[in-house]
Amino acid sequence: MSSPAMSDATGDALLDVRNLRMHFTSGRGTRRVHVKAVDDVSFSISRGETFGLVGESGCGKTTTGRTIIRLYNPTGGQVFFEGHDISGRLSPRATRLLATKMQMIFQDPMASLNPRMTVEEIVGEGLTVAGEHRRSERLKKIHEMLEIVGLSKDHANRYPHEFSGGQRQRIGIARAIITEPSLVIADEPVSALDVSIQAQVINLFNALKERMGLTVLFIAHNLSVVKYFSDRIGVMYGGKLVEIARSDDLYRSPTHPYTRSLLSAIPQPDPYSEKRRRRIPYDPSQHDYEREQPSYHEVSAGHWVYCSDTELQRFANAGT
Amino acid sequence: MARANGRNSWATPTRAAERDDPAAGAAPRRKILEVRDLAVSFKTYGGTVQAVRGISFDLYEGETLAIVGESGSGKSVTIRAILGILTRNARIVGGEIRYRGRDLTQLLEDEFHDIRGKLISLVFQDPLSALNPIMKIGRQITEALQLSLGMGRVEARDRAIELMRAVAIPEPEKRFDQYPFQFSGGMRQRIVIAIALASDPEILICDEPTTALDVTVQAQILELIAELKTRRNLSVIFITHDLGVVANVADRIAVMYAGRVVETGTADDLFYDARHPYTWALLSSMPDLETREKLFSIPGAPPNMLYPPAGDAFAERNAYALRIDHDQHPPFFRISDTHSAATWLLHPKAPRVERPKVLVERIARIMERRAADELARDE
Repeated sequence: MSSPAMSDATGDALLDVRNLRMHFTSGRGTRRVHVKAVDDVSFSISRGETFGLVGESGCGKTTTGRTIIRLYNPTGGQVFFEGHDISGRLSPRATRLLATKMQMIFQDPMASLNPRMTVEEIVGEGLTVAGEHRRSERLKKIHEMLEIVGLSKDHANRYPHEFSGGQRQRIGIARAIITEPSLVIADEPVSALDVSIQAQVINLFNALKERMGLTVLFIAHNLSVVKYFSDRIGVMYGGKLVEIARSDDLYRSPTHPYTRSLLSAIPQPDPYSEKRRRRIPYDPSQHDYEREQPSYHEVSAGHWVYCSDTELQRFANAGT
Repeated sequence: MARANGRNSWATPTRAAERDDPAAGAAPRRKILEVRDLAVSFKTYGGTVQAVRGISFDLYEGETLAIVGESGSGKSVTIRAILGILTRNARIVGGEIRYRGRDLTQLLEDEFHDIRGKLISLVFQDPLSALNPIMKIGRQITEALQLSLGMGRVEARDRAIELMRAVAIPEPEKRFDQYPFQFSGGMRQRIVIAIALASDPEILICDEPTTALDVTVQAQILELIAELKTRRNLSVIFITHDLGVVANVADRIAVMYAGRVVETGTADDLFYDARHPYTWALLSSMPDLETREKLFSIPGAPPNMLYPPAGDAFAERNAYALRIDHDQHPPFFRISDTHSAATWLLHPKAPRVERPKVLVERIARIMERRAADELARDE
């Protein structure tokens, strides 16, 4: 079986996700509910690359990110990070690797920063975990990080509530990058911010990417931002990764009907095209996967679509 | 429905007609709501917060006016003043809101009952918190009908089902007896819209109605509002910070910053020919699908409205600020019949400045595409 992960898994893949599954159950007996939040998701991210994950709320994009960083224990599949399997039982070495080399930035900076800790404690905590116990060294590093994200060292003794939304997100970013991670998982990092502040944070992200050679898994629902920020994009629907492509490719030739529908709904800052916009509806019942099993197909180099063989034919015809 | 039909007899230009005729915005139409020099302050422990500092705008019949601004710019306070639902520590310090020959700022709470929810309705941002979680959907709609229009139960039920059908809820008879948790986010927002429409209002105020929704659902809700607007001849005030949404819904736009309107104009005026540096900054700070270069970002943060600056509130963050901007607030300069902006840059003695490059390029791209489209249509 071919899959996007396997084909791209060359030597420089930093993160390699293979058939990742995260199923949740709740209730008992007849009321037992089984939710396939992430179902058979495969992709890989090369070093220095930014991979965007988009989809509607409830499609499993956040769960994917959280499962990779082991906030959840995956029910199936494998995740390789810097060549180590981090999906099963973690060895002390793998735990350490995860704690320092993979970091997460959350959507709501108010909810993700402990209100009772000072900025110094919040930002420096990762260093302590990584084994840096000398306070002077820690402080030096904390001040350096605060400068990098556009705050000053005077801010170190303050509490999160003393900052504005954009500044809080900067604290969240400083906290994430202080351990010099190779992979940052950013879950909707700008959607809680005001428009004028969003651009500041996006520009900061871009500067950091260059400066620290970060690899980023960018999870968001604002497609214009994802397009601007990512090298490759994966589109999720109902726990499945339905399409993966380079970002230009995805916007130029979307293939899966869900991707087409999603792209047709993006609001554009242009009254002329907005008033002529035709939204393409998506009806998941159009897929007949009872008779024919879907799998990943490569429609062009690096452009993968999850569909059945018949559908692939139909998409190819529709595209031309 | 009788009243709706009655109101429909006033002929208003349709959306299509407005679109193709750039002068339509200037045509004399009936003003339905007039806001003049409205100023609202809040008393807090820290002092007096001047949330709205003298704003004026008109709402014409059958149009959509979008009020754009960041959080804290005073847009929500403005609509709360219109609806008479300001918090206790708020005070209308000046100005008036004229509606049907009355000044809404002078009304007593009792008198507001004839207007709020009947003639002027509000659609909230978050449909989950706007609905009562332990009350059946149908009852939440009929409640409004029975209380405000004095309908009987059977009549109210029929009307509610009709409303649910109008906002495109499938199987309304079945959905009538369900609870909010059984509805998806988009469906809930449709219900909130149905409740707002229950008493057949003249003015519908939408406070960020799609911010909590996904793009595809957002597009559906926007289509629904546009359709209801034409069919029921509603006048809509649309509050949002998403410029893509504004481009979709707005006939006219007012941009707010730090409690003041800084620029107003038709959608075309603002998207293709913006004059205020804050509008430029807003437009160029969001990437569109073709943006590659570094984003234009506005440095700093909005001013503290406890101590609003003396001059142009945006001057601190504005790369184009002149010396006078820091001392004196700019008046409105008229650019055309529909378009005006409050910036000293429009003063005859001001130096000429270029718009941000990102914006100039985007407009050039749009115009090119538009010309190509028109060429293709002619052939």
